[in-house]
Amino acid sequence: MNELDTLEAAGGEVMRFAADQALELESGSRIEGLEVAYRTFGRLNDERSNAILVCHALTLDQHVAGRHPLTGKPGWWSRLVGPGLPLDPARHFIICANVVGGCMGSTGPSSINPATGEAFGLAFPMITIADMVRAQAMLVSALGIERLFAVVGGSMGGMQVLQWAVDYPERLFAAVCIAAAARHSAQNIAFHEVGRQAIMADPDWRGGDYAAVGVRPEKGLAVARMAAHITYLSEAALQRKFGRELRHDGLSFGFDADFQVESYLRHQGATFVDRFDANSYLYITRAMDYFDLTDAHPEGLAGAFRRAKAVRFCVFSFTSDWLYPTAESRAIVRALNAAGARASFVEIDSDRGHDAFLLDEPVLRDALGGFLGSAALAWSRP
Amino acid sequence: MRAGGGAVREDFQEIARLVAPDSRVLDVGCGEGTLLELLAREKGVEGRGIEISPEGVSACLARGLAVMQGDADRDLDYFPAGSFDYVILSQTLQAVLRPRHVLGELLRIGDKAIVSLPNFGHWRVRLDLVTKGRMPVTGALPDPWWATPNIHLCTMGDFTALCDDLDLAIEACAALTAGRPARPTNPKGRLENWRAEAALFVLSRRPAP
Repeated sequence: MNELDTLEAAGGEVMRFAADQALELESGSRIEGLEVAYRTFGRLNDERSNAILVCHALTLDQHVAGRHPLTGKPGWWSRLVGPGLPLDPARHFIICANVVGGCMGSTGPSSINPATGEAFGLAFPMITIADMVRAQAMLVSALGIERLFAVVGGSMGGMQVLQWAVDYPERLFAAVCIAAAARHSAQNIAFHEVGRQAIMADPDWRGGDYAAVGVRPEKGLAVARMAAHITYLSEAALQRKFGRELRHDGLSFGFDADFQVESYLRHQGATFVDRFDANSYLYITRAMDYFDLTDAHPEGLAGAFRRAKAVRFCVFSFTSDWLYPTAESRAIVRALNAAGARASFVEIDSDRGHDAFLLDEPVLRDALGGFLGSAALAWSRP
Repeated sequence: MRAGGGAVREDFQEIARLVAPDSRVLDVGCGEGTLLELLAREKGVEGRGIEISPEGVSACLARGLAVMQGDADRDLDYFPAGSFDYVILSQTLQAVLRPRHVLGELLRIGDKAIVSLPNFGHWRVRLDLVTKGRMPVTGALPDPWWATPNIHLCTMGDFTALCDDLDLAIEACAALTAGRPARPTNPKGRLENWRAEAALFVLSRRPAP
C-alpha cells in the first residue's frame, strides 16, 4: 500500500449541525442546519491532545492530503502532511475542513436554500473569516476536542489561524501562520475586485442565480482565476518558467495564445472552473477583503493578541511574496511581541512568490517540523 | 552574525553567572540558540532570540526556543520598552551598522544590557599594527580585513567613552581571554585595555538626576 492510499483511508465526512446549533454570523444573520465537510488523517489519542487543525486558502479545500476526488491529484499540502513529514498522521490527528461559504461540501452559496428549494445564490448571507473560524470551532467541539495542539494555515488559512488565536486563545496551544497578513491591503482588495467584476460581467452569472438555469459563468470565473494566479507568482518565477517562449514557431499576428505564459494562464482558468463555484469565489474573496484584525481591538493588533499570550506562535513569510509581503508578517510579529506573546518568525528566501507556501521549500518543512516537534514536547510536560 | 570564533565562548559561562534566575532575556544574534538553552537550563530564564540566518532560526525552533529572523540594526524596534530584564548582544556590536543606535535600543527594551566585544586595544593587536603595519588577525579577530564581519571595531576605552556619552552605567565588566575563565576587571583601567582580548559589560541606564 503506498502512502497516499494509507491517507486516503481516512476518507471525507460531513458534520451536520442540528437546527438549534445555528452558526451566528458577524453580519447578524445566521445559518441553520450548517454542514461542514472535512477530512481527518491519523488518530485522536486517548488524551485528545494531538489534534492539528489545518486551515485552507481561498480556492483550496479539505483535501490537504490523500487524493482529491475531483482532480485526482495529491492533496494540496502533501509536501507537509504525511508519514515522516511535519504533520504526521502517525503522531497527529489532522483535521481539515472546507470553509463555510465554500463549494466542496460545506454550506455555501451553492447549497440548497431550504426557504426556496433552490441554490442560495446571492441570498446566501455574507460571511467573514471569523465566521469560518466559528464554524471550525463548532466542528472541533463536535469531534470531542476541547483544545487543539495546533492550528496551521497559509494565505487565507493563515488569517484563520490569527483569528483562532484572537477568538479562541484558550483552545489552541500553538499557531502557525504562513504567508498571510492581519488585514487585507488596498492592493489585495483591488485584485479581488477585478476577479469579482469579471465574474459578475459574465452574462451567465445571471445575478448569481445561474444554477437555476443550469449554466455557469465559466468565462468570468476563468478570467478571475487568471488574474489572481499572476498574484500568486513572482516576476522571477514567471520569467524563469516561460520567458517570452512561443507555443509555435513565429508569431500568429492574431489573438490566439502565441506565448506559453498565455497558454498556461488559460489552462489555469479552464481547469479552475471545473472545481470551483463562482459565487463561492465572490463570497470568500469578500470575506478576505473584510478581514482586518488591526481594527478588532481599541489597542490595535497587539490588543487583539493580548489574550493569546499563552499561545506559541510561529510566523513564516517568503521573500518574493508580493501578495502578502514580509512586511505584513513582520507587523504580526511586532504586535505579538508587544502583546507579550511567544512569537517566532522565519522569512524564507524563495523566488517563487506567494505560491511558495504550497511548494517544496525545505526551510519551511524543517522549521515547521522543528517548531511543532518542540511544541509537542513542551505541551506533554506538565 | 556573531563573529569571533571559538576563542571567546567563555562569555557564555560568564553571562550565565551574571543573569538573575527566572528573568526575561533577549539574545540578539542568538545563532543556534546555545546561550539561550544554557540560560533556560541553568537559570530558568524565559528567553527570546533574534537571528539573521534561516539555518540558525530553524535550529532554535527545533530546540523549542522562540526566535525571530532579523538583525540588530533593523529589528530591535519590534519590542516595546522594558520588555526584558536583560538584552544580550554577544560578540555582535562590532558587526552592526549602527552600534550607537543599537546600544541605545538595547537599553530601551531591556532593564540591563550585557554586551561583549573584542578589544582592539589588546597588546597583540597593537603589536601587529606597530611591527607589521597590517590589520591584526588574532584569536578574537580571526578573519582578514576583507572578509571580517567586524566593521566597527573599538577598544575598551572607546566603548566606555560611548557608554559615558549615552549616559549608561557600567555595572560590571569582565575581561575575556581564550581558554580562561572570565576575570572581573575595571572597565576604564588603562592596563586592562592592553590585557583583555575581549570584554563583557553589564550596562544599565543611569537613574535620572
